[in-house]
Amino acid sequence: MSSLNGKSFNPVMNRRSVIASAAGLGVAGILAGCSSEGGDSGSASANSNGGEFKIGAIGPKTGAAASYGLSVCNGVELGCKDFSNDTYNFVSKSEDDVADGEKSVTAFNTLADWGMQALVGPTTTGASVAVAEVAAQDPQIFMITPSASSTDVTKGKTNVFQVCFTDPNQGVNAAKFLAANYGDEKFVLFYNSGDSYSSGIADAFKEQAAESKLEIVDEETFKDDSQTSFTNQLTKAKEKGATMIFAPIYYTPASVLLKNASDMGYEVKMMGCDGMDGILGVEGFDTSLAEGLLLMTPFSADDESNADFVKAYKDAYGKTPDQFAADAYDGVHAVAEALKEAGLPADVDPTEASSKLAEAMTKITVKGLTGTLTWNDKGEVQKDPTAYVIKDGKYVQA
Amino acid sequence: MTVFIQYLVNGLSMGSVYAIIALGYTMVYGIAKMLNFAHGDVIMVGAYVSFCATSYLGLPGWLSVVLSVVVCTVLGVLVEGLAYRPLRAAGPLAVLITAIGVSYFLQNAAQLLWGATPKNFTSLVRFPVPPFLAQFNVSAVSLVTILACILIMVVLMWFTSKSKMGKAMRACSEDKAAAQLMGINVNRTISMTFAIGSALAAIAGVLLCSYSPVLQPTTGAMPGIKAFTAAVFGGIGSIPGAFVGGVLLGIIEAMAQAYISTSLANSIVFAVLIVVLLVKPAGLLGKYVPEKV
Amino acid sequence: MNFLKNKQTRSDFITYGLVIVAFLVVFFMQANHMIPRMFAGQLVPITAYIVMAISLNLVVGVAGDLSLGHAGFMSIGAYTGIVTAVSMQAAGAPQTLALVVSIVVGAVFAAIAGFIIGIPVLRLRGDYLAIVTLAFGEIIKEVVTCLIVGVDAHGLHVVFNLRGNATVNDLHLMDNGIAIIKGAQGASGVSTYSTFVAGFVLIMIALVVVLNLVRSRTGRAIEAVRDNRIAAESVGISVTKYRMIAFVVSAALAGAAGALFGGNFSQLSATKFDFNTSILILVFVVLGGLGNMRGSVIAAAVLTILPEALREFSDYRMLVYAIVLILVMICTNSPQIQGFIARFKPKKKGEAEANV
Repeated sequence: MSSLNGKSFNPVMNRRSVIASAAGLGVAGILAGCSSEGGDSGSASANSNGGEFKIGAIGPKTGAAASYGLSVCNGVELGCKDFSNDTYNFVSKSEDDVADGEKSVTAFNTLADWGMQALVGPTTTGASVAVAEVAAQDPQIFMITPSASSTDVTKGKTNVFQVCFTDPNQGVNAAKFLAANYGDEKFVLFYNSGDSYSSGIADAFKEQAAESKLEIVDEETFKDDSQTSFTNQLTKAKEKGATMIFAPIYYTPASVLLKNASDMGYEVKMMGCDGMDGILGVEGFDTSLAEGLLLMTPFSADDESNADFVKAYKDAYGKTPDQFAADAYDGVHAVAEALKEAGLPADVDPTEASSKLAEAMTKITVKGLTGTLTWNDKGEVQKDPTAYVIKDGKYVQA
Repeated sequence: MTVFIQYLVNGLSMGSVYAIIALGYTMVYGIAKMLNFAHGDVIMVGAYVSFCATSYLGLPGWLSVVLSVVVCTVLGVLVEGLAYRPLRAAGPLAVLITAIGVSYFLQNAAQLLWGATPKNFTSLVRFPVPPFLAQFNVSAVSLVTILACILIMVVLMWFTSKSKMGKAMRACSEDKAAAQLMGINVNRTISMTFAIGSALAAIAGVLLCSYSPVLQPTTGAMPGIKAFTAAVFGGIGSIPGAFVGGVLLGIIEAMAQAYISTSLANSIVFAVLIVVLLVKPAGLLGKYVPEKV
Repeated sequence: MNFLKNKQTRSDFITYGLVIVAFLVVFFMQANHMIPRMFAGQLVPITAYIVMAISLNLVVGVAGDLSLGHAGFMSIGAYTGIVTAVSMQAAGAPQTLALVVSIVVGAVFAAIAGFIIGIPVLRLRGDYLAIVTLAFGEIIKEVVTCLIVGVDAHGLHVVFNLRGNATVNDLHLMDNGIAIIKGAQGASGVSTYSTFVAGFVLIMIALVVVLNLVRSRTGRAIEAVRDNRIAAESVGISVTKYRMIAFVVSAALAGAAGALFGGNFSQLSATKFDFNTSILILVFVVLGGLGNMRGSVIAAAVLTILPEALREFSDYRMLVYAIVLILVMICTNSPQIQGFIARFKPKKKGEAEANV
């Protein structure tokens, strides 16, 4: 049987196809080979005579969460350029972690081999918890995560800090804001049950909502692998009479949610958290769908005071920065300030830098893109969230 | 009752998308006897081509669909010729791993070409839905998807049973060696199957993204796996089976989300699949072939 | 050294020797800080993947059943292992003991799951078996996402979060209680306890178990079932029993590997053990050679390091990986290319018969 099959093929034809396939794959290989001008291997910054200080960045640059990681890496790169001065010449290098804890630890170790003196990253919560554990172990490396919001990231570690709000902080603030301004609405809580950021905020929101007497009529969840359509969840929420959605989710699923609601003709108000920032920048997104969307975020690209950063970012990367980029930029800013406060030389040993920077962090005040930032000894940031509403495709303070 | 019908409609429209993808899966499996895990990624390519054609080149919607069908057909035939044909005589595992390699390749190539940042696909299907349907949440996309799915199934059934090429396909599916002895060009027939499967994937990609607008390199992966499940559910290799499997899978998923648990919806779908396979080992409409000694 | 005259035994001992030498070299280099951190940090995951590859090879290579949900057993082992280790550490047990017990518990629970899942799965064959194992893998992943587990002085507290609205607070832990698994967030903020030495010991155990099983009467029965089920049945071999033995042993080893893997990361969510991880391990097995345990060990080690070593290529590395994967499959399996290579090689005796 098998011999018959094997011999029944026309040998000439097949040899040709083999050569064709080799040629095709070869071309692909060449395409893959002539490439790497990517600005990610130790891009030095201009106009600085200072000694090199190496800052690492980690985030998903491939896979489903890539847009968030790319923003963080860009923010760090831009920050390193802008904050370099005569004492410190900040050099950055970014590594991909596909939003996975295991890969993130490897990325961290790769950066440590490169000689990283401080880490601004990782981007996602799960990866950050895994990396924080390694960064806090001997030999320590200072870590400040731009966007990982779980309290598990900083808990029990002296050298790990956050630029973004913690999950409980966001959930509580959002519930208070809604209770003050939208107390009469019937809420549906909509979140990604497979994501620690989203479910972390949802949990905190639920507790505060009970205290603030918000009426939550329904809770709906989804997961990363079922975010193609939310019509079923919306049908259920509509049936239960919900008039407002609180959705602590990232902007990618949020764009699906808004589209589904509009397709169904379900007129509902919606509020999101900082992960929703960036929705207006999604290519091809019909921004009229986001009209009236509330979101609580520390950063607005439409704010006058951020105009320089927004312009520089647009020039360098061709898109409007979101809060991931802004938080990463502020992370570099914080490292720069803390270095100055601690009076460390640029060639300081990473382990020594770790403890000195951690001490300095609680003393500094950073006037950054995302507000005025100070840190407590747990590594959590203190800054004011601002609620914005989207009007005519722009953020307006609510 | 209205709410129940709404869930049913949601399930039916998602199920029709699964069914179109599953039809492609089942055609390829039926004839080439291989699990083409890269099928889901061809869907993604189809959607990207259509997106680029409308947003960058400003082509009308129907033309972008034609373009994406052409691109995917060529892609499918190329992939088959370059990656799968040299393995025609190899074991099923080698082919499976190659298919996975092709899937990685397409996803990463798409990421390099179009970037990792998600794009928002603007629905190509827009027309007012008659009010008696609109009250049940039937959107224009759902209507088109369901109709397209039925049309494709009927055409495919006619094609495989009546046309000369279709008969050649069935012959190859039964016994490749015997088919070759009868003067059928097996390689060309299999290429043709991949062409049809990939063309269907392009249509599915456009419809999927019209329904669920986020377009990124991993868009095709999960619908691909679900459609594969649907194809097995209905009996892999059977055209009406893929249709029934896809539609049922969509409905079960919608009902599970609505009445049991959104977090366990996928599990329930898979549990139903397992039960069906235990009762009918070849799927709902599959042909059970007893082993010959 | 008489027993080494047997070709198979000799081959097995070469495998053991290879693993021991590799371990000693790496261990020595690590002790002297001669290897970069990037590689040192991957040692435990590599050992876990090697055990996974050996365990999957038993099902796919030796028993001939294509399983696409093997990461599910790894997941069960990882979570039961983490719960065990954290509870024991909370009760004051030393770390090494906690690690050993957690690996054993992980293996036992995964074996039980393997048996329960095996009952329906092993009624099927071929592609249908593949899809059902895939389905079970996905089910395990979703069920784990619904689990909330904590421990305090009263013992373990478990909540199954079916409607998706339970939180850690529903565990009603006492003040000094520890939440171990927090639903979707997974096991988060747990201190790590796995070591490279434990990984090495586990590889050796896995190799000894699998190689001895394969060379035993049971192993020959399993291979007979793989090669010709009907013929095996006709000579009185119980098909289900032997396939089940392979499946359960394999699940137990995967569970042990999972417990080891779980103990190496302070954060672990259920989505880590998805379809892609199952496929990754299958790639190790196929590239290493079906039924070839030494091949699995090497393939798992090389293919875990390769993508990380290719980091220089940044965005292109997965593309390169994909191309390498396709080329290797075509080159090793295409009769045309093999014939092409054979033409340049001096002909060996007996090769012609082997190439049927």
